[in-house]
Amino acid sequence: MSAPAASPTVRVRHNRVELALHRLRGDDGAGGAGGAGAGRAGAGRALLHLHGLGERSPEAVPDRLASWPGPVWALDFTGHGASSLPAGGGYFCEVLMADTDAALAHLGAATIYGRGLGGYVALLIAGSRPDLVRGAVIDDGPGLTGGGTEPTTPFVLSQPLTTTGTPDPYALLELSQDVRPPDYASTYARQAATLSGLDVALAVSAVVRPPWLAAVAREPGARELSVAEALALFAAV
Amino acid sequence: MPPDEVVTHPGARAPERTRTVDAHGVRIAVHEWGDAGDPPLALAHGGFDFARTFDVFAPLLAEAGWRVVSWDQRGHGDSDHAALYSWEADVRDTVTVLDSLGRDPLPVVGHSKGGAVTLQLAASLPHRVSRLVNLDGLPSRRNWPDVPDHQRTKMLAGDLASWLDHRRGAAEAVRKPGTIDELAARRARMNPRLSREWLRYLVTVGARHDPDGWRWKIDPSLRLGGFGPWRPEWAMARLPGLTAPLLAVVGMQPEQMGWATPPVDVEISLPSGGRLELMDDVGHFVHIEQPRRVADLVLDFLGDPR
Repeated sequence: MSAPAASPTVRVRHNRVELALHRLRGDDGAGGAGGAGAGRAGAGRALLHLHGLGERSPEAVPDRLASWPGPVWALDFTGHGASSLPAGGGYFCEVLMADTDAALAHLGAATIYGRGLGGYVALLIAGSRPDLVRGAVIDDGPGLTGGGTEPTTPFVLSQPLTTTGTPDPYALLELSQDVRPPDYASTYARQAATLSGLDVALAVSAVVRPPWLAAVAREPGARELSVAEALALFAAV
Repeated sequence: MPPDEVVTHPGARAPERTRTVDAHGVRIAVHEWGDAGDPPLALAHGGFDFARTFDVFAPLLAEAGWRVVSWDQRGHGDSDHAALYSWEADVRDTVTVLDSLGRDPLPVVGHSKGGAVTLQLAASLPHRVSRLVNLDGLPSRRNWPDVPDHQRTKMLAGDLASWLDHRRGAAEAVRKPGTIDELAARRARMNPRLSREWLRYLVTVGARHDPDGWRWKIDPSLRLGGFGPWRPEWAMARLPGLTAPLLAVVGMQPEQMGWATPPVDVEISLPSGGRLELMDDVGHFVHIEQPRRVADLVLDFLGDPR
């Protein structure tokens, strides 16, 4: 079956937000893009790209993901890229995890590659949907560090930010301050490892190691791998 | 359909004025009791409550000479249902309400989650708060059951999957309709210590009457409980360095909506001159169970409005 001529971007709904889910590489042999069987099973499993803070999905498969044998999709988070822009902020990483879950509702089981903030979100969804996430790769990118391991006195705006489009300035403000305690991250890594049935559930490819990621890298279900090694490992799952 | 039943409650008074403010694109409903010329006092409600849960408490403060200003937090009461919810957003919405009252520091009173949000406000914008009253809104410890780690992993995974399932259906979620008595009975599960008469009254001010019955106005995508990296001890860490004088009132009778905070946790973190009042025979909703007693504590702490 050949890929349908439909638009390569699918709109998926997450509560009041419309998310843009982009197909970067066709879905041949897996039931057609957007079909009920899309992205499931064996070599046809989808790789889902999650961008970093303030970024948007790439327009083509990035070079470092070129070795992935199956379809490649990319999600724009709430307030980013072609996804809708909510009023008045209120961002936190778990809501982006639910954005990702909305994409998984469309794709079925997938391997996830995340840059920066997207890498942290990849960890969260791997721990929360261990039956759907077939390996997560955490790579460098904007928003990898987050707002440290405990809260500082927060800077609260009394003046509205000027919003002219995506990325939403409230997303940049709030998601660069979100607190990421190492033991919280470890909990998700442990869930991914024990509940996914995978020997290796998480690949730590990022060079930069904020405390949350250093803790994840120490978990038995995580391996330090290059992106190419990680994709080869997860493609064989 | 019969005409709307009018439910009254002793001492309950509707706000004298209502208006809205635009909080960065989210419309926030503001409710005021007392003379518009009196000095303002801000009053923040708790999670799953709404400003009109102060219909008995607020008039007691207003009668003493305060312009009592409360508001429905985003997603609650008559305010907009938003796409996103967080405490940081609630703090920012609070600042928008305060901005509508001028730039002078003013007394701020918050119950439960409203207490935690206004504590964060007072810690991050000390120039906006003259005195802070916290009504059973000081979480100090996690109320996790004592279970082995591997069991906790499974339990948390179940909570997370359940939350994600809820998010998948949130776009289509609607609140279940019912009669006044049915909604009051449902709320009694969250408010077991409050009288049925009061809960029936709350239905008529916190729910809307659709053709098929009454529905709570609160956004159906909101869900009780939560998870995330947040730790209760982070709230307590804001106490010792507070600028504004503090009165903390803790209800000692444990109940589901409360924090079960041991007094010793508050005592060791009280800022200099801070006052702690323990109410032994009272649950989490201190100002609803004992409006006169709590109002007198607050009025004494705030002093003469003029």
